[in-house]
Amino acid sequence: MALDSKIPDGPLAEKWENYKEHAKLVNPANKRKVEVLVVGTGLAGASAAASLAELGYKVKAFCFQDSPRRAHSIAAQGGINAAKNYKNDGDSVFRLFYDTVKGGDFRAREGNVYRLASVSNNIIDQCVAQGVPFAREYGGLLDNRSFGGAQVSRTFYARGQTGQQLLLGAYQALERQVGLGNIEMFNRHEMVDVVVIDGKARGIIARDLVTGKLERYFGHAVILATGGYGNVFYLSTNAMGSNVTAAWKAHKKGAFFGNPCYTQIHPTCIPVSGDYQSKLTLMSESLRNDGRVWVPKTKEDAKAIREGKKRAEDIKDEDRDYYLERKYPSFGNLCPRDIASRAAKEACDDGRGIVPSGFGVFLDFSDAIKRLGIDVVKARYGELFPMYENITSEDPLKTPMKIYPAVHYTMGGLWVDYELMTTVQGLYCLGEANFSDHGANRLGASALMQGLADGYFVVPYTIGNYLSSEIFTKPISLDSPEFVEAEKAADERYKKILSVKGKQSVEDLHRKLGKIMWEYCGMARNAEGLTKARKLLGDLREEFWRDVKVLGELNDFNPDLDKAGRVADFIELGELMVIDALNRNESCGGHFREEYQELGEAKRDDENYCYVAAWEFKGIGADPELHKEELKYENIKLQVRSYK
Amino acid sequence: MKLNLKVWRQKNAATAGKLVDYTVDNLNPDMSFLEMIDVLNDELVKKGEEPVAFDHDCREGICGMCGMYINGRAHGPNHGATTCQLYLRKFKDGDKVYVEPWRSRAFPIIKDLTVDRSAFDHIIAAGGFVSVNTGQSQDANNLPVDKNDAEKAMDAAACIGCGACVAACPNGSAMLFVSAKISQLALLPQGQPERDIRAMRMVEQMDAEGFGNCSNISACEAECPKEIKVSNIARMNRDYFAASVCSETK
Ligand SMILES: Cc1cc2nc3c(=O)[nH]c(=O)nc-3n(C[C@H](O)[C@H](O)[C@H](O)COP(=O)(O)OP(=O)(O)OC[C@H]3O[C@@H](n4cnc5c(N)ncnc54)[C@H](O)[C@@H]3O)c2cc1C
Ligand code: FES
Repeated sequence: MALDSKIPDGPLAEKWENYKEHAKLVNPANKRKVEVLVVGTGLAGASAAASLAELGYKVKAFCFQDSPRRAHSIAAQGGINAAKNYKNDGDSVFRLFYDTVKGGDFRAREGNVYRLASVSNNIIDQCVAQGVPFAREYGGLLDNRSFGGAQVSRTFYARGQTGQQLLLGAYQALERQVGLGNIEMFNRHEMVDVVVIDGKARGIIARDLVTGKLERYFGHAVILATGGYGNVFYLSTNAMGSNVTAAWKAHKKGAFFGNPCYTQIHPTCIPVSGDYQSKLTLMSESLRNDGRVWVPKTKEDAKAIREGKKRAEDIKDEDRDYYLERKYPSFGNLCPRDIASRAAKEACDDGRGIVPSGFGVFLDFSDAIKRLGIDVVKARYGELFPMYENITSEDPLKTPMKIYPAVHYTMGGLWVDYELMTTVQGLYCLGEANFSDHGANRLGASALMQGLADGYFVVPYTIGNYLSSEIFTKPISLDSPEFVEAEKAADERYKKILSVKGKQSVEDLHRKLGKIMWEYCGMARNAEGLTKARKLLGDLREEFWRDVKVLGELNDFNPDLDKAGRVADFIELGELMVIDALNRNESCGGHFREEYQELGEAKRDDENYCYVAAWEFKGIGADPELHKEELKYENIKLQVRSYK
Repeated sequence: MKLNLKVWRQKNAATAGKLVDYTVDNLNPDMSFLEMIDVLNDELVKKGEEPVAFDHDCREGICGMCGMYINGRAHGPNHGATTCQLYLRKFKDGDKVYVEPWRSRAFPIIKDLTVDRSAFDHIIAAGGFVSVNTGQSQDANNLPVDKNDAEKAMDAAACIGCGACVAACPNGSAMLFVSAKISQLALLPQGQPERDIRAMRMVEQMDAEGFGNCSNISACEAECPKEIKVSNIARMNRDYFAASVCSETK
């Protein structure tokens, strides 16, 4: 199957306008007859569900939490980008586009990214109109801050709770449509399969998590907006329930998976402190605006700090290595995430880590406090400092924070074309769950932008182009064989999990998976480790089905059983990630292959790897088939990414 | 360190529940309360007992999913923090700790420590929004907002919808939750056109869901993990009163 990205013709800046002007429409009377299923109601899903319902489509929406307001998007702290140029500092749609492609290490599609940058301004307008309380200046106008990977100030924020406020805006828009009867919302429901009939997505099987019963739902089209899969690493900054199940089930039903190995490791997280931990906490990247990252210049000083014989304050300025400022003078502490993370790893691998485990560096606010005063610093990072202090019992206003990189975001996801349709007709994928706009590395404050762009401003147009030819399709019976079979398969799988009655808890197996992924497919990868990991993951998959222990009943509220299903999917996904990482014989963005570097910096291979790897499922444990979508750069020149 | 827990176990809304004793040992004071429950659950599974069902997701105090009544207080002994932000260093070795679900007529129990809070969604659906369809907005900076108002709106908007206010209130009132949303939107210019009807609809829905009334006890403010102020309730009452007396929108 040849991949067609369906990028419209014409000059870059006109593609999206051209597309919208020529896309087919569905008239209002017909929209009422068309049903759309939206799985996932984070930023991407809630904005899509609300916008589609406003247009007149009949929408059913699903999330696994007890309310759409709890989606993982709520945890985003730092902000959302837009090319408003309110600061008059030279920003523009083109510059946001350029920064995003460059930040992604030239592994994203020009057409998609340009569209993203051009709708970014509409997002801010929309959110403000909804009453999202963004930070403001004294004149009453919107305030901005700077974020990594950019030299302009284009990030809009609402204290340290930007994701929360944006999600509540989208959630309220969604609930408004629920109240109007245009959306039926299914909380505590997990999609466990997509139903494909004659090559088109026609519905889903969902499990009511309260009763444990499987249910069938029909839709003329199905949208997945189910978030990222960072929890494949067990320890990550993602919410505990974040999972790959919906995307993985779609993959098994024919949707190709794009660039699964592109993972973002975020440089500023609270270091791991014990085995009991099941989740890591992010400290917003916005802290790098004012915080300076350092480790001692000498191993001796670092050792003394680790052993508690010296404190950060005891190290004189000239004995500190502000390594980001030293290595990347023009971006300094604001260099992109992948680079900052790798630099931290390097410093710690060199024996200069400053926490007992050896894996931690300082993020120091003392200069900012001297320059701006303690009150300004406090006001800027409202929630973040108390949050840090509560977890670590140390006050960052008095002593530097300790941070270390942790898994945070997945750039990979279901492959989608320009219309956000997967390789299954009528099956769309939005938000973090798709692979689309961030290439091999995402810039800070761009995920919120992408999720809302997809949901508010892209899919409402592109889905019409497909649904216009579906208006004569009558709702398909839920008793048709495809529905019956999909439900039966899901039922058998849950029964099988319960019947194993082994010795290991789901948590044990998930932890084992995380260890393998972090060690061999984490911040640095190599062919030997990846080959080994593939074998280990195959073994772990068998171990799971031989030895997992899940109690409780099938038709009951049973969170452990829900989690078991998700972990089983994660293990299969892990194998695909390793295969993808092994295939990509280059280093780019979040994918760092130790064999491919030059003076410690990632070495891309544009001649051989300037493509999107889209994988087709061929059976559990079998080799997937690789399809390549060549990336063409017509408007910007491929160059070595430099932040020096 | 060691804790002696008394945990509420209840199969479902239709069955009676009871407190069950568990002892968890070898705990680290740097663990969070929920990590301690994880350890308990892992031990239970290995012993062949069903784990304790509880809601949680972000574990960062922002999603509002977690919520346990710990030693008679919503979200436990910490002030201004959720259950997931509670650390064991708040307890002493050997402490006895009672762990119960939110208790309120409007929040039926699903299982063990998990309750059904959909009533909150229904209240938002009744009016907790600005009616603006996607694409209808003007340029964001065409609408300056007094910084002070914006800050106050943000204070109210910080609500995470966890339900601690309801659980803490002897009347099972949801007024802190409802008034936080009404206040946020009433403080902003965007919220003005629907200000009256919003207050009326949300309050009516709140009553229909079976929440109790406010008798100025302020337990909600004391237990709110986001420190939402009861002054929001005053603002809501004023708006509701004004709307029901003066407004033409009924
Ligand atoms: C701590 C943290 C801070 C961040 N800060 C920022 C930031 O400052 N700026 C920025 O731009 N980005 C940030 N990000 C990234 C950003 O928050 C996410 O990428 C983005 O919110 C994802 O949105 P989404 O709508 O795609 O998915 P999510 O918000 O993850 O929503 C997924 C939805 O899918 C549902 N779901 C999942 N699986 C199923 C299933 N099988 N069945 C039914 N429903 C399902 C869930 O219930 C949920 O509703 C941050 C991320 C983290 C972890
Ligand atoms: S788990 Fe999200 S607030 Fe506690």
